Order: sequence, then C-alpha cells, then structure tokens
Amino acid sequence: MRFAARVEVRLRPGIADPESATIERALPALGFDDVGKLATGRSFRFEIEAESEARARERAEALATRLLANPVMEDAAVSVSPVESP
Amino acid sequence: MAARVGVVVFPGTNCEHDVAAALALVGATPELLWHGLRDLGGVDAVVVPGGFAHGDYLRPGALARFSPVMGAVARFAADGGPVVGICNGFQVLTEAGLLPGALQKNRGLRFMCVPSVVTVTSSRSVLTSGLEVGTELVLPLNNFDGSYVCAPETLEELVAEDRVVLRYRDNPNGSLDDIAGICNRGANVVGLMPHPERASSELLGSVDGLVLLRSLLSLPVA
Repeated sequence: MRFAARVEVRLRPGIADPESATIERALPALGFDDVGKLATGRSFRFEIEAESEARARERAEALATRLLANPVMEDAAVSVSPVESP
Repeated sequence: MAARVGVVVFPGTNCEHDVAAALALVGATPELLWHGLRDLGGVDAVVVPGGFAHGDYLRPGALARFSPVMGAVARFAADGGPVVGICNGFQVLTEAGLLPGALQKNRGLRFMCVPSVVTVTSSRSVLTSGLEVGTELVLPLNNFDGSYVCAPETLEELVAEDRVVLRYRDNPNGSLDDIAGICNRGANVVGLMPHPERASSELLGSVDGLVLLRSLLSLPVA
C-alpha cells in the first residue's frame, strides 16, 4: 500500500528564529498588529510504500528524526494517510 | 617527514585552499580529499573546512554527513585520528554526530564577518594541546549559523569533562556559555566556528591561527 506522509519541521522553543521575527516585525506596517506568535517551518511531503499505516508512520518518523529535523534545534510533526487508488 | 593532512572538499566547500595554504605554512603536506572518496589514503590528520557543503540545503551540514568520505572520517576519528572542523566543517561534524550540539542562527540575525577574540579554555584537545589555558587568540568569524546550542545535560557534560576548548571573550553571536569550540571525549575531534586559516599571516591581521595548526601537527608552538 502507498501512504502519503507530511512532515512539518519547526524550531524548538528558545531557538532563534530570525525569519519569523523579521516577518512579525513587518506586520504592524501592513495593518496586521492583531497578529502575533508567528512561527515559520518547513513542510515535507513524500510517499511511502508500506504494508500498514503503522509501518508507514514508523518509517516517516525515522526519516524525520534522522534527516529532516535536527533534534537539537527542531521538532517534527508527522502525519500519514493512505493514498487513494485512482 | 611532513605530516599529511587531508582537507575534505564537498560540493560548495570554499575554504579548502586557504586551509591547505595555512597547513603548508606550518610545514604540513595538505591533500584535498573529494567527498566521494571512501578512503582517506593514510593521512595523519583531517580538516573539514568551511563553506556551504551541498549548498547548506536542508540545514548546514545535514547532507554532507551522508557523503561517502564521512564514513571514512568517522572511522578515522573512532581510531583516535585528529579531525578538525572549521565553521561549516564544525556544523558537518555536529550533524554527523561526531560532536554534540548544533549551530543555530547568530543572535541579532546577522551574517557575521568579523575578527573575534577567543580564549583557550582547555589544552586537552589536539588543536589546543600546545597552548596554555587563558591564551587569547584573534581569529576571524565568517558565518550565519554560528551560535552554539545544546541540551543542558550536554553542556554539563562538556564542562565537567573539560571539552570546551575555546570561548569567545565578547560572545558576538549568542553562543551558549560563550562556546566557540568543543572537542569529543577522546579530545581528537575538535569543532570551532572561527577560522584559524584566515589568521595565518600578518597581512591578514593575525597569525594566531598558526599556533592552533601547529598544535594539530604536534609541532612546537613558536
């Protein structure tokens, strides 16, 4: 079976996030002074061939922690769902 | 016989010739090692120089650790071989798990290209063995992701085991505990953000990098 995986990688609390800080600083000038706590991250999408959803999740989590995220600085959220057959 | 020092070159590395020139100044024979090699060819020490290995895609050092040469570097390090990672090379060594922690964006969100004053805080490592603790060195910094960070228990371990080898005097990038360079348990793998090879001539404003490279080669420090 094929599964679609999505991994969202975000900086952990306390790790400097210059991109978010810069975007947030620009918000008031655009009239978005009601917006705060902005966080940026990366989203990865890929497909996995696996015999079960649990196995697909395990593989996606392994990829997330071994390569896509650096656990010293980043957290990864993994979601997996079956790919609909055409 | 002159020590042979391998200088690892990834696609995107850009300090390899500076490192090779500085090594030659202290009497070593530098050999560039392309990242696709699986064998270090019997070199006596390895330097992983600065630059943007694999374009720094994903994260600095994240993809470089999968280059074939890194398996050989890891085996060389495990056998006690001296390995030094400078700047991007330090990032590569942390991503490869040869050194703990990581390098995050500089405090103040700035790319920095400035001389920094660092203090030798341990003479245990291969890079600082010839220097006295407390020695101040002027070495250039040139990076964006240069602020050292690690888990609190890792920091405790680094301090307790005397593995913080260099600290910034003025901590220009917000590094945890002023850390500019650390070593592994065996003290044979060292990573540092400042560039010793760029402090290798009076014309460059400092020759302080040469004393570190002499240490690496176990030469008497002039």
